Amino acid sequence: MRILVIEDDLTLAAYVRKGLDELGYAVDLAADGKQGLFLATSESYDAIIVDRMLPGLDGLTVVKTLRATNTLVPVLFLSALGEVGDRVQGLESGGDDYLTKPFAFSELKARLDALIRRSTTSDAAVTELSVEDLKMDLLGRIVSRRGELINLQPREFRLLEYLMRHAGQVVTRTMLLEHVWDYHFDPQTNVIDVHISRLRSKIDKAFDKALLETVRGAGYRLG
Amino acid sequence: MNLFRTTTFQLTILYALVLALSSIAVAAFLYWSTIGYLNRQTDSTIDVEITGLREQYRLVGLQGLSRVIGERIRNADDPQAVYLFADKSLRPLAGNIPAWPDLVNRADGWYSFSHTIDDKQVRARARVLALPEGLFLLVGRNISDLDKLLRLVGTALGWGVGLVIALSLVGGIFMSNRVLKRIENINQTTRRIITGDMTQRVLTRGTGDEFDRLADILNRMLDQIEHLMGGIQHVGDNIAHDLRTPLTRLRHSLEEALISGDADQTRQGLQVAIDNADQLLATFSALLRIARIESGGYVMRKEPVSLNRLVSDAIELYEVLAEERRIQVTSDLHESSDIDGDRDLIFQLITNLIDNALKYTPRGGEVHVATTTSDGSTLLTISDSGCGIAENEREKVTQRFYRVDTSRNESSSGLGLSLVQAIVNCHDAELSLADNSPGLSVSVEFAAT
Repeated sequence: MRILVIEDDLTLAAYVRKGLDELGYAVDLAADGKQGLFLATSESYDAIIVDRMLPGLDGLTVVKTLRATNTLVPVLFLSALGEVGDRVQGLESGGDDYLTKPFAFSELKARLDALIRRSTTSDAAVTELSVEDLKMDLLGRIVSRRGELINLQPREFRLLEYLMRHAGQVVTRTMLLEHVWDYHFDPQTNVIDVHISRLRSKIDKAFDKALLETVRGAGYRLG
Repeated sequence: MNLFRTTTFQLTILYALVLALSSIAVAAFLYWSTIGYLNRQTDSTIDVEITGLREQYRLVGLQGLSRVIGERIRNADDPQAVYLFADKSLRPLAGNIPAWPDLVNRADGWYSFSHTIDDKQVRARARVLALPEGLFLLVGRNISDLDKLLRLVGTALGWGVGLVIALSLVGGIFMSNRVLKRIENINQTTRRIITGDMTQRVLTRGTGDEFDRLADILNRMLDQIEHLMGGIQHVGDNIAHDLRTPLTRLRHSLEEALISGDADQTRQGLQVAIDNADQLLATFSALLRIARIESGGYVMRKEPVSLNRLVSDAIELYEVLAEERRIQVTSDLHESSDIDGDRDLIFQLITNLIDNALKYTPRGGEVHVATTTSDGSTLLTISDSGCGIAENEREKVTQRFYRVDTSRNESSSGLGLSLVQAIVNCHDAELSLADNSPGLSVSVEFAAT
């Protein structure tokens, strides 16, 4: 896996590179928009992480130019501008996801994993998801574990579906709020934890092996 | 300050000029009307005289007339009277002037001339009467005294005008000095405030004049500024206090992780440190968010939003939390038209209010959410059965880091209502807190679009 990081803050770039190196990614760094665009068009990457504010050519322009040349590589924006309007601007320019600075590396990793997974698997034909002995029938909207039916509320179903689609990956609370509840906001209390523990009591409680685990300081992981 | 460049002085000069011109006009009017009056007086005296003499002539003839004139001249009843009899070639026959004046001809009418009495040029005014015998009678009056009087009046008026100009100049300088002194008083106070002494206030005289009112307004503005500065300082102190606690804990946990030899304990310490750091980051981003919304830096995406939909979603999200605390959440949604707003911000507002209501409601309590539309404006009300907020504290709760609970509840950042207030402000809505007895009722009114 090759990742291009376009970031003018060298400390942050080094931090991201070190983290990604440890995860086994090959990382290229570009310190400004021009160099980044050059690398992005001349080399082949599995994902690009780009800062929105760059000297010379800004991140939005880089991504717009990339998309204009039909480059489909997943792009993750990094930015200190984190409001919904800014996010939407980033996504409209052709970005696939948006992460606000300061961020935890675990959040970056989780989002990057999701992006790469999304670009490598096509979920169009999927009608059934399974994680170990947990099965989800997307058409019949039936969930069962070891053959035993599990009764879920609609929102719990969507929550579990998202977790199962990202099985094995860490999913952060913000990702869940954005994709399961479809709102960008900061909850004052960790209301997501309560939803997770509810879901956990339904899918894990009666079974000896827990599938849904909490990753401290990061989020949750299924399977 | 240069006196001659001040507005007050320039105004003074202008007023002095206007005053001088108008007093000159008044003086001139007085002068000319005095002249007119005196001339008319002289003319009517002469007229009376001539009428009397003509009557004498009709009664006693030429002889009698010359006798009457001779008597009058001898008796000198009126020292200013002028009489002269002359023949048809204007040679004097009798009278109190030696010769027929050059300027006067024989036609009947009014004349002004000068003649010499005791080596002095004297001005006179006269009328000529032609008698049937071919004789001419000149009757007049010396008007030198009148001229003297007019000169006197003219001089007096001139002095008067001069005095008015001088007084208005002196008064103007005095007045502008007075005004300048009061402005200087304001300047001095302002200078002292600029150098940092916020306690300074402009002195007032208690007369309630314009300067007192100006000083009063300035003082009120200064009070307000001082109050706001106090507020900022209060927020600053609170930020310092609120961030110091998690920072201290962060330091402790890192320290513990460092000194413990056990790998598991190190790991645990680092986890706690990360949690603390996350809490700090969350507080910072909440502060930044409020600041961005308040300063207008946030890009609002206003669109028609169904408040009912957002409330239902928020209740669905928080219901699990409420159930855990045995709190019943009920709703009464009657909003009939969409409001104009930023969907995510309004959702944030609703969840913050629900979150607060749940936080301050005891187990077994109740939280009620209602929406109504009336006259186009939409009202969102979230009421709880908690401990409520004392009336005198209701205004303060939207301040950053203000907590009703002075024991500083660890689970709240103290920023929730500040964010709500910021969102309310940028939607031109209105936030009000009321007693729900027991509990608190928070309402947000969105104006008609």
